[in-house]
Amino acid sequence: MLALTLEQRSWLHAVPAGAKMAAVALAVVLVVPVTDPAVIGAMVLGVAALYGSAGAMALRAGLRLLRPLVLMLAIIMAWHLLMGEARLGLVICLRILGLVALANLVTLTTRLDDMMAVLEWLMAPLTRLGLPTGRLALAVALAIRTIPALSLKADALREAWRARATRRPGPQLAFPLVLLALDDATHVAEALRARGGLAATETTKQKRN
Amino acid sequence: MERSFVFVALFAALIAVLGLVPSFMLITGVPISAQSLGVMLAGAVLGARRGALAVLLLLLLVALGLPLLAGGRGGLGVFVGPTAGFLVGFPVAAFVTGWITERWRSMDLALVAGVAALVGGVLVLYAFGVAGMVLAAGLSPVQALTALSAFIPGDIIKAAIAGVVTRAIWQARPDAVLSRAH
Repeated sequence: MLALTLEQRSWLHAVPAGAKMAAVALAVVLVVPVTDPAVIGAMVLGVAALYGSAGAMALRAGLRLLRPLVLMLAIIMAWHLLMGEARLGLVICLRILGLVALANLVTLTTRLDDMMAVLEWLMAPLTRLGLPTGRLALAVALAIRTIPALSLKADALREAWRARATRRPGPQLAFPLVLLALDDATHVAEALRARGGLAATETTKQKRN
Repeated sequence: MERSFVFVALFAALIAVLGLVPSFMLITGVPISAQSLGVMLAGAVLGARRGALAVLLLLLLVALGLPLLAGGRGGLGVFVGPTAGFLVGFPVAAFVTGWITERWRSMDLALVAGVAALVGGVLVLYAFGVAGMVLAAGLSPVQALTALSAFIPGDIIKAAIAGVVTRAIWQARPDAVLSRAH
């Protein structure tokens, strides 16, 4: 499964994931009340400098992640220009740009395992309360493992469609795809039950603690 | 118990896979992904609670850094962007779709699931999406709705498809439709 994390390591990869996520949360709280375009512009430049310090790869990947945002920001800016509130539009667009880019930078420089570790840390109090949090990790693993498998099946359905029809494949393929997923799920559930079921995920967890 | 657990996990994967394929194009030229179809189906097939859990699991994977949203978007950035309202609305949309499908049993399932998907996956989802844009982008609700209007016809079509697909699944695998299995 292809995560967004950059292979090429930077100093930001070495910063603990929890600290980076806390920094983003803090940035959101600090930036939202600011209404001066110059201050927000400086924040955006600061984020750009962070990307720069993480290397050219990070800069390129960061820009690619921001691409879907461009149209949205253009619409927001256009509305504000129409209303004669250019300054407010600029503040809002820069704020969105800076915060999204900053949050993306955490994703780009943090491995999936480290993100999972933060999640487990956040869940620890619930685990101690006796909630079955062990199965969450299993659900995450199961979904991640299933996506490429299911994706291959979707490709096969599309190929089969193209072999028979001249029209482009459309939503008609949703039904067979859902059916394949449900049949897979039934088999996986049987296999899981044969190996001790969901109860086993919690007992092994407790033994480890 | 294992079965409904695995169904939730696999439906999260299914919504992701449906988002990866740009499924069909309207005359307007707006690319419509099948991702919100997946959200509607999660509610209609799995029911309110499990449908919402499947969507929450998908959002968790996105937050962990996987590019699973329509168009290959993902990571923490999407949760602070102008369309974050839709992400908050996703599990609620699945819940409402499932809630209606579970309770309204007197009519044909295609009609029930279609209407449920229209209420949950379009009305409720857009309410959250518009609220998000009002908060993040400083637009008025009418302006936000205008900006989104190109996507609404596609989503109405998807609700109809969700109804037909749900009935087809019910006919092919009656006991897999957890929203009706009790």
